[in-house]
Amino acid sequence: MKPIYLDNNATTRTAPEVVEAMTPYFSDHYGNPSSMHSFGGDVGRHIRDARAKLADLLGARPEEIVYNSCGTESDNTAIRAALAANPDRRHVVTSRVEHPAVKSLCEHLVKEGYRVTFVPVDRKGRLDLDHLYDHLTDDTAVVSLMWANNETGVIFPVEEIARETKDRGIVFHTDAVQTVGKIPIDLSNSAIDMLSLSGHKLHGPKGVGALYIRKGTKFSPFLIGGHQESGRRGGTENTAAIVGLGRAAEFVAAHMEEENTRVKSLRDRLESELIRRVPDAVVNGDTDNRLPNTSNIAFEYIEGEAILLMMDGHGICASSGSACTSGSLEPSHVLRSMGVPYTAAHGSIRFSLSIYNTEEEIDFVIDKLPPIIERLRQMSPFWKGACQAQTTA
Amino acid sequence: MWEYTDKVREHFINPRNVGRMDDADAVGEVGSMACGDALKLYLKLDDNEKIVDAKFQTFGCASAIASSSALTEMIIGKTLQEAEQITNEHIADYLGGLPKEKMHCSVLGRDALEKAISCYRGEPEKKVDGQVVCECFGVTDRQIERAVRENHLTSIEDVTDYVKAGGGCGNCHDAIQDIINQVLGNAPKVKKPSNKLTNIQKIRMIEDALEREVRPELRKDGGDIELVDVDGDKVLVKMRGRCASCAASQVTLEHYVESKLRELVPPELFVEEVPS
Repeated sequence: MKPIYLDNNATTRTAPEVVEAMTPYFSDHYGNPSSMHSFGGDVGRHIRDARAKLADLLGARPEEIVYNSCGTESDNTAIRAALAANPDRRHVVTSRVEHPAVKSLCEHLVKEGYRVTFVPVDRKGRLDLDHLYDHLTDDTAVVSLMWANNETGVIFPVEEIARETKDRGIVFHTDAVQTVGKIPIDLSNSAIDMLSLSGHKLHGPKGVGALYIRKGTKFSPFLIGGHQESGRRGGTENTAAIVGLGRAAEFVAAHMEEENTRVKSLRDRLESELIRRVPDAVVNGDTDNRLPNTSNIAFEYIEGEAILLMMDGHGICASSGSACTSGSLEPSHVLRSMGVPYTAAHGSIRFSLSIYNTEEEIDFVIDKLPPIIERLRQMSPFWKGACQAQTTA
Repeated sequence: MWEYTDKVREHFINPRNVGRMDDADAVGEVGSMACGDALKLYLKLDDNEKIVDAKFQTFGCASAIASSSALTEMIIGKTLQEAEQITNEHIADYLGGLPKEKMHCSVLGRDALEKAISCYRGEPEKKVDGQVVCECFGVTDRQIERAVRENHLTSIEDVTDYVKAGGGCGNCHDAIQDIINQVLGNAPKVKKPSNKLTNIQKIRMIEDALEREVRPELRKDGGDIELVDVDGDKVLVKMRGRCASCAASQVTLEHYVESKLRELVPPELFVEEVPS
């Protein structure tokens, strides 16, 4: 059974073009780019090409890109660097709905004695900007906010916020792991100081990420070692993956329009048809400011893991914000921060599409999912109450 | 992704005995939507208190649905007294095991069954059995204590896996650790009973259970109990103090002493009174 892959915010298919570009760097061009011989040195040239391609995608300069191992490393590096650059400032601002790469780090910083403000969001997952601006002080070293949320796809106005923080001399970092490759980004025209991205979220390979550091931003490395990445990140370059990420940057740039037209309309169709066919199903998040590929739907009165497992029986891959899927006992911190009631949070499913999805696949899901929801609701002790409420309303 | 056994998957995909029962003789409802799982168990009994039918409705993950389905299959055809002996471990074993983090699904089944049985017997709804320790999931010290004792849990993580306590904000972790220490400290490991126990071991365990669990309760009413002999699975005791003259002592013996000993020592035990 060929999977119907609607979990692209978890990871994406490495594009065949990317795999093809990478392969020679394992078998033939295995030299170390730092070497003095041309066998290694040539690889260094290809890394420069890849860097230029990635910089192009972001509207950045090549020297503003630092390669590393993943999105989490980028986030940790950025926030730590901002704190190290401003040792007299002990305050960090972030949001309540960040990815664990930022959230857990910030919780850790509290233990280290930093003050952290976790800015709340509203019912639709929109950032409380007044709360954010009210809490910026002379002590604030860094504001770190995700550009788009991995669970709901809700987009934060990070460019506007970056301009505001710049005026106050505060470093602005954004976790753009879910954003790069899905919507156009132009850093040449923005006040963002640092931006994190990850290769495998944009049809590149796993094990490679990058941090954009605006020229002139004070920086100190996270991994201290060799002179690689101009001394900003030690460790022999992951050459194949870096070349792959460069190719992936080209690939998503070429498909950017398709992502925002065809993929978006597939997402919209999936969402509206499911909402139409399934009673007590609601979309989580601000549908006016959202990634084109993401839909988060709460199917009330049932539990997400059971839905996922039944979908799995049809080869449909998605994610859930339910407690049971994570091994923790609490449902998604994103949905809880939004005030999504427990009746809905436990039964929320995230669909995240990519350019590889087809109309047939979406039709298949629209056909298969409603009976699954119905079946699980028939088992649920809470369901009958909802029916009654509906008929008496 | 969870590693579920084929049997868990099978019971999840084709659950037995799903649905409501309008003429149920007993209903046990546990859990809540906030907790992430809930189970409503319906029992139909014949005149001999035999469970002739059982139905369930479950809100929860695959293992919660499978545990509920397994439970109904296990109890149909059993008398209430037999069904009462079912522990959460029996449910998990019936399914070929559950992932450790999902053991609370089997506890959910056991709790619903217990609640249904007390409902049938008309026992007053216990308000809160003990003090709430975990505010996030409303778990009491008694529940934690019991889970630790019955399943030989040794860490906070274990307790969270079995009864959810400590799985939310984490403020109760110290309190949970205290309970674990207390149980482990007080209870010189009551090893999982097996038929290979020597008589001496059995006698020691029975003495220990009487001392820790039974006597304190009897003494509240001015009574006491003495172990006279152990013959195979037969436990011979003498009732002392007020128990010796109490008309209800036979009931106490059967319903309390015997069930306690079966819980803590081998389940085959039966208790007989030696007349004074």
